[in-house]
Amino acid sequence: MKKLFFSLTTVVATLVIVIVACSKSVSGRTDEAPALNPATIDVNAGDWKPVLLAAPTDITVAAPIATNTPEYIAQINEIKAWQHNISDEDKAIVKYWSAGAVLRWNEILRELVAKHNLPPYQNDDGTYPIPSAANPLAYPQFPFANPPYAARAYAYVSAAQYDALVTTWYYKRLYNRKSPYAVDSSVNVMIPRSDLPSYPSEDAAVEGAAVETLKLLFPGDQDFIQQKAEEHKRARIIAGANVRSDIDAGEALGKAVAQKFVARARGDRAGAAVGTPAGWAQLETDCIAKGEMPWYSLELPKRPPMLPVFGKVKAFLFDSLTAISLRPGPPPSTSSQQMKDETEEIYNYTKNDTREHYRIVHFWADGVGTYTPSGHWDAIAAEDFIKENYSEVRWARNLALLNMSLMDAAIVCWDTKNFYFNPRPSQMNPAIKTLTGVPNFPAYISGHSTFSGAAATVLGHLLPSNADKYTAMAREASLSRMYAGIHYRSDCEKGLEVGTNVGNYAVQRAQTDGAE
Amino acid sequence: MSKKILIAAIVLLPLLGMAQTDIDAIMMEKKALCVGPMYSYSSWKNYWEGTLKRDNENLGTVSTQMIGVMGTYGVSKKLNVLFGAPYVITKASAGTLHGQKGIQDLSLFVKYVPYRKKLGDGIFTLFAIGGFSTPLTNYVADFLPMSIGLHTSNLLARGMVDYQVNNLFVTGSATYVYRSNIKIDRTSYYTTEMHYTDEVEMPDMATFNLRLGYRSYHLIAEAVLNNMTTLGGFDITRNNMPFPSNRMNATTAGVNVKYTPAFVPQLSIVGGGNYVLKGRNVGQALTVDAAIFYAFSLAHKEKKLTNNNQTK
Repeated sequence: MKKLFFSLTTVVATLVIVIVACSKSVSGRTDEAPALNPATIDVNAGDWKPVLLAAPTDITVAAPIATNTPEYIAQINEIKAWQHNISDEDKAIVKYWSAGAVLRWNEILRELVAKHNLPPYQNDDGTYPIPSAANPLAYPQFPFANPPYAARAYAYVSAAQYDALVTTWYYKRLYNRKSPYAVDSSVNVMIPRSDLPSYPSEDAAVEGAAVETLKLLFPGDQDFIQQKAEEHKRARIIAGANVRSDIDAGEALGKAVAQKFVARARGDRAGAAVGTPAGWAQLETDCIAKGEMPWYSLELPKRPPMLPVFGKVKAFLFDSLTAISLRPGPPPSTSSQQMKDETEEIYNYTKNDTREHYRIVHFWADGVGTYTPSGHWDAIAAEDFIKENYSEVRWARNLALLNMSLMDAAIVCWDTKNFYFNPRPSQMNPAIKTLTGVPNFPAYISGHSTFSGAAATVLGHLLPSNADKYTAMAREASLSRMYAGIHYRSDCEKGLEVGTNVGNYAVQRAQTDGAE
Repeated sequence: MSKKILIAAIVLLPLLGMAQTDIDAIMMEKKALCVGPMYSYSSWKNYWEGTLKRDNENLGTVSTQMIGVMGTYGVSKKLNVLFGAPYVITKASAGTLHGQKGIQDLSLFVKYVPYRKKLGDGIFTLFAIGGFSTPLTNYVADFLPMSIGLHTSNLLARGMVDYQVNNLFVTGSATYVYRSNIKIDRTSYYTTEMHYTDEVEMPDMATFNLRLGYRSYHLIAEAVLNNMTTLGGFDITRNNMPFPSNRMNATTAGVNVKYTPAFVPQLSIVGGGNYVLKGRNVGQALTVDAAIFYAFSLAHKEKKLTNNNQTK
């Protein structure tokens, strides 16, 4: 019996040691991002060209109360009271939000996209339900944040935050109210000090713009979004960065700007992008009329194509005629030798499914349940932007340029896909088994390639020393779709080209917006 | 052989059952080596998406074949070492997803009898078992349900009791499986929240196993009830893909038979099957398996090995 006791004790003890020694908690790559400490405060960003506003003065911001008033002093005391009773949780939220308002709200948006990027399950009769914005919590939940929907969401949030910050910077310079710690030296400062005037709060402007646009884009997640918003505002007060009136003014400004974007979004034709059964049938008929084999869904039951009318959505960087002019010429005919050869090439890739191919395919897949290719490029950009010590307004500008180009890339890509309605490789040859799920929309041109071509062009302009890296990443993203067995070479090469053309519109804007 | 470990590596993958394994109450003689090939076939059409049972026309029937080598070595009558390594092939009968194949995990177990006593009309035996498994190749874990495994390295601790009266026996065991985190090919993933990392926190597992049956010189026949519970993890959301850190639970019922012919006592033939009665984030798999073992005595001048099923 002693022996038994000994061996059991040994087993238990070993287990305890192992479990204690191998803590499993996993940290994220940006958890330890340093507090934002801009190399330049971009003092004249109030002169930069907004996206939607004609001028910062489109939004009215009242003059702040004087710093010697009892009300202001009460607000300083609010900071001191928080700091006096500071908890570990308070310190953690200050650390989290001090890495940057634009960064954190972009991460939150990516999270919402990933949560909602799920295709609805079919009805009993083999049709598919369509999520309803009016009833977002009923199944299927609204939205289905698929790649076009997500690209548009990133663009609206980013562009609204950018316009809000241009406006914020305008009023900061105009009113020039000092930060709480410059007014009262006994305020403890938990973030890097800055000469930037603190009224209105740039953090609250970013938060207000996000909250207001996300009401439209993710109406079923308001509890989560409001909780983040409250935490963000509290973090700024606890940190000694802003008094309550800085926050209130910034938030109101952000919301007012965002309302203009929401009004635009309501009229940008995205609401009709899902199309109609008659419209879906017409795409097929039109394709057959051209003498081509039309795309059909490889899902069972057959699912209508994803947002086939998204190509008609109003772009940010060009008008609708330009969008159509960016559509490339046709893919190889489905009956041509070239199509046969390209299908064979893809078949051979999938037969030779090496581990390295899986790595590349899965790294870039960004499929169901992920933040989509646009979110992936935002993640790539964000991790590089962290190293650049940007001001909030430059963060917002650069992400807005990137995300507007990604949304517009989606528009041109989806227009092209549904104009040509070209089959996927597995439709041409059912022996092609894929290394990731087959997206449920036509092949030509590759969405990943178009997104990546645009992103690499914009990011290469913003960070020229990384340009080669971005180009190589875009090529790999594009190639991953061939390795996966879901795109032909023509889709990928043409997609990169079209994406680059779209990206150049963002570069043109960047060269003339006053920030360079 | 590596039954529990393999189960731990299964999601929408099969549940492998073998007779002479780390989880039964059979010990090898000193310096006896018993090795042989095994094969199992497992398939499911229905699976549990969280707690919701469904099928999927885009997968059809998902099948998994395992071809493996397993063995047991008797360091002493009270201490056995077991090992196993399978080659796994997966396939979906519908949809476009590419099947996977490759060498999966190496499993090693130490099985020890610290206590054995006559109790009433029968014999009571206590076992302490420790196990380790680790992937032998860099196979893809994050491609469920096609993945051949979850790519964790595991440590396992099991307590087991056996009571035999004449030819009837009952065996019960409880197991704790510590699983390492894994790295996946993408840089972020969503569970119930976002994770901006390629590392996945893998919850540990517990299993309970009850076996009842007949055990004699030539024949062992048993019924097995097994419960596997993941201690954490999350449910597959509606119409989503499965993920390695899902909460994978399964209760299975099965039977095993082991036959040792009198004319070649070194040989044993093993077969069995089991079915998932109730699960969560796993396929409702029916698994059948078979193996042949041959026992060698590595002891010089020792008497001829007569029975590799010996329990006393």
